[in-house]
Amino acid sequence: MTNELLRIHRLAVGYPGEAAIVSGIDLTVCDRDYIGVIGPNGGGKTTFIRTLTGGLAPLAGKIEYARTDLRIGYLPQIKNIDRTFPISVTDIVLSGLAARKGLFGRYGKADRKRALELLEEIGIGRLAGRPVGALSGGELQRVLLCRSLISEPQLLILDEPTTFVDNRFEKELYELLARLNERIAIIMVSHDLGTISRYVKSIVCINRCFHYHPSNILTQEQLAEYDCPIQLISHGPVPHTVLTRHSGCACSTEASKPTTSEPQ
Amino acid sequence: MDFIQEIFAYRFLGYAALATLLSGIACGIVGTYIVSRKLVFMSGGITHASFGGIGIAYYFGFAPLVGALLFAVAAAVGIETFSRRGKVNEDAATGILWSIGMSIGIIFIFLTPGYAPNLMSFLFGNILLVNRTDLIGLGIMDGILLLLFAACYRAILYTAFDREFAASQRLPVGAIGHTMMILIAVTIVLTIKTMGIVLLMSLLTLPTVIAGMLTRNYKQLTIGSCIGGTVSVLVGLYISYVGNIPIGAAAIAVLSAAFCLVKAGVYIGRKARVISRG
Repeated sequence: MTNELLRIHRLAVGYPGEAAIVSGIDLTVCDRDYIGVIGPNGGGKTTFIRTLTGGLAPLAGKIEYARTDLRIGYLPQIKNIDRTFPISVTDIVLSGLAARKGLFGRYGKADRKRALELLEEIGIGRLAGRPVGALSGGELQRVLLCRSLISEPQLLILDEPTTFVDNRFEKELYELLARLNERIAIIMVSHDLGTISRYVKSIVCINRCFHYHPSNILTQEQLAEYDCPIQLISHGPVPHTVLTRHSGCACSTEASKPTTSEPQ
Repeated sequence: MDFIQEIFAYRFLGYAALATLLSGIACGIVGTYIVSRKLVFMSGGITHASFGGIGIAYYFGFAPLVGALLFAVAAAVGIETFSRRGKVNEDAATGILWSIGMSIGIIFIFLTPGYAPNLMSFLFGNILLVNRTDLIGLGIMDGILLLLFAACYRAILYTAFDREFAASQRLPVGAIGHTMMILIAVTIVLTIKTMGIVLLMSLLTLPTVIAGMLTRNYKQLTIGSCIGGTVSVLVGLYISYVGNIPIGAAAIAVLSAAFCLVKAGVYIGRKARVISRG
């Protein structure tokens, strides 16, 4: 049985005092959904994610959470992290508990132990006491992943989680997410459509407009139904979905090139 | 030793030492936040914008401190609010506020008939003129800062480090950001009289930068900044007392010397480790 986690109604996202970047977003996220969010740079993916996670107020519409204590794990884009800030790896991971701890929260030994365990699980236990400035990009990405997981979220939102990570960790990450997805819902922004389509269950395409594809494999019949031209390529055992322009939409008139995937 | 006895013997010297201690604590806490969030230039803007309020207060005959507070808080909240909207260049906005504040201050002070206040004392402060009210103000400020950091340390730390993530954790990031900006503004204004604008800027930055060479832990950085800043200004007070030079300049010289010493120590320590490792 699937439970709704959150429901988005006619949402418009953008910056205060400006025109909406994307509007008319309707989406329901349920238990064990795995939604891949794709689209070109500047299309509004991150603005949508930031609105979803509370960093930006909706310009219109609303996000209804099924429960007020819904635990959301969030892995923002690594490029926004200030790597000169005086904070240790353990403290970064502990900040993932802030929703539960609140404004006056105390972080005890048990929390610290959990943070260390999580760092060990992800294979970076040795980094625990290091300051953020001493980490490589890949290490920081793993630390941010631990931060997003420590609250044992019911919904995990990741914004380009594979930036700066090597191929081995990327594979490990996707496998970890697939395991987590047996229990929790995941929304993941990625440029790497060829890879994510293997894992995700549905796809959202954001390019100044919002298109939801309730499957990661679309047939020719579905293409007509969803008014969203998608090329289906299959080579070897792995089906790939590749999206091109959406006809009748602003994104089809812009310089958005059809995405193609490299044969593997 | 004479100096320490005289601190207790002469009220003005005792007040100066107490003002140094209280300012050192406030500037240590606020300075760590400012340096960590890279708000040094913005704090300079707030400091100088407050001068506009001082000028207007002189002209209309109300307490300069009130004018300075109003201008500083307005500048701080203004910069925080507009820079969050994303469309205002925070850097340029700070430069504009900085110069407008100074020019308003100068215009109104020159328009004020009769006695013209000594502008140098705003730039370099006059710690020997500190009175009981100033000390109470600084004491209350220290109390508020210590209480706030004791109660909400992690919420403030996490919001400063990654505001976007803190928002996803439903921390009140807007309220935390604005509260911190107001506290920066108030601390700056309360410290101007004792330290002056010039020493204030170095007291907000140098102790944290020096401590930052020794630790990357925010809490240790704050404690180190409070102690380092206070000790440096006390040494500066001593030098200014025996050498008869302005305390502001003396304290900055002490802080600069401390910076060079620690930098050299860290460099030598690193080299020694490399050599011992072979």
